[in-house]
Amino acid sequence: MSSRPNSIFSAPRWLIIGVVVMVLLAFAPPIIEALDQAFWLDVFTRMLILSIAAASLNLILGFGGMVSFGHAAFLGIGAYAVGIPAYYDEYSGFLHILLAVACAALYALITGAISLRTKGVHFIMITMAFGQMMFYGFVSLEEYGGDDGLIIYERSNFGDLIDMYDDTTFYYVCLVSLAVVLFIVHRLVNSRFGMVVKGSKSNERRMGALGFPTYRYRLTAYVISGAICGYAGALLGNFTEFISPEMMDWTRSGELIFMVVLGGTATIFGPVYGVLAFLVIEEILSAITTYWHLIFGLLLVLVVLFVQGGIAGLLRRWFSKKKEAV
Amino acid sequence: MALMEVRDLNKSFGGVHATSHVSLDVAEGELHAIIGPNGAGKTTLISQLSGEMLPDSGEILFAGRNITNHPMHARSHMGLARSFQITSVFQDMTMLENVALAIQAHQGHSFRFWKPTAKDSSLFEPAMEYLAQVGLKDKANSLANAVSHGEHRQLEIAMALATDPKLLLLDEPMAGMGQEESSRMVEILNKFKGSKTMLLIEHDMDAVFALADRISVLVYGAIIATDTPDAIRSNEEVKRAYLGEEAA
Repeated sequence: MSSRPNSIFSAPRWLIIGVVVMVLLAFAPPIIEALDQAFWLDVFTRMLILSIAAASLNLILGFGGMVSFGHAAFLGIGAYAVGIPAYYDEYSGFLHILLAVACAALYALITGAISLRTKGVHFIMITMAFGQMMFYGFVSLEEYGGDDGLIIYERSNFGDLIDMYDDTTFYYVCLVSLAVVLFIVHRLVNSRFGMVVKGSKSNERRMGALGFPTYRYRLTAYVISGAICGYAGALLGNFTEFISPEMMDWTRSGELIFMVVLGGTATIFGPVYGVLAFLVIEEILSAITTYWHLIFGLLLVLVVLFVQGGIAGLLRRWFSKKKEAV
Repeated sequence: MALMEVRDLNKSFGGVHATSHVSLDVAEGELHAIIGPNGAGKTTLISQLSGEMLPDSGEILFAGRNITNHPMHARSHMGLARSFQITSVFQDMTMLENVALAIQAHQGHSFRFWKPTAKDSSLFEPAMEYLAQVGLKDKANSLANAVSHGEHRQLEIAMALATDPKLLLLDEPMAGMGQEESSRMVEILNKFKGSKTMLLIEHDMDAVFALADRISVLVYGAIIATDTPDAIRSNEEVKRAYLGEEAA
């Protein structure tokens, strides 16, 4: 129906902005090559992978109101799903991806089933506790390096299909993955399922009165989110060629939350903006001063205080102002 | 036959007997009102009927089935709809989306992940219809947080109706309304009177006496009388316990 312009859940203008950003990202490798700044290709690849993770978190945090403080665990599971088979000389990329998604989904199902019995701060604490459980679990696995981590000697092998060792190819694998994930999230949140998830965030009591058994929908959203993040973890493992429990630490989960909030919760492209801003500011600041954490923290506080709706909200306001002026 | 039958319902909070041996029946097609002074336990009672709260003892029968321990969403699917005393809508959605969500709730499961609801005429056409019935057609595309209190209340009714209930539980639909809004609400409820069975909990005496077929009077958690509006008006015990109190 075209007659829903006022809904905050549909704003075609920032859909256009988002697509433009994605197209610009597609041109990043040739530009970076022309400028002879290979290091930035690494930064952007990392940014794409974390964007997938942030988008998966945004699905439950932004659209579903479930503030998971243990999302880094899914990244870790995905990365270990590459590292552990590789440790046994099993390099099939398809197996890695399948394992990453399946294990992350299973972990989400078990922890979600318990966590979603709670609400608010308790939900935050319990997801964090599960995340730390995974962290310490992998620290104690001496066979796979314990807290020293595990070096992945060979990246996932997709035969002749994809050469993961070609940095540009790998970049495009991540970019296409991100585009697909964003499209999936977009379809999900606007489907009947998505309406239930958003409604449960908005007013769960009312959802019950209307006849929705909200728990099972929220759990499904949690599992989908975990599975997507597990996929991102498999990419991350390939990218860093190294996996350690540190990747699952709660501070990592906190960073993911921050990226989502910075970019704009409950928006499709917000996570991408958030991660982009986060990593670029981090790179620039750390090049300027060794005390960059302090400035970075201050900047983050200011953004939360004064930029309502994150970067996506900022862009939307900026573009609608421009239109009014015309 | 009674559509809803309540037998010896009890609910206590600490020492407070909020619902005390309540027995009640709502006949098919009637508009049954429950009145009572503040703190009489009206909302506690309706919360048990809708399934939000479980009683300590007693039974609730609905359409011939014992639903005493059914969860809220299961009762909703059996045809029991509730509107809330404190406006409880989806503030960040449009009026139309609010009603569409109510309709969606009763079109089977929502594990449909791909098709956008915005293009789903099986949701938005009837939703528009219900909005029109409560006089909110003009506001269909307004966000729920941008309309007046009275319009919120009307939206509540539209959402309850949209689940196509056998019995509508209305928890103080006129709460916080001005004279004009209140009479508009009476008009809307009058429109559905006869075709929908309603259990109305209300503070607004004018509205209750104008609408109700039967009235039950709740005082300190117990029902002291159930009768026609005229009989209630002249009931000595009611006067003493409730109406008289207000007059004094």
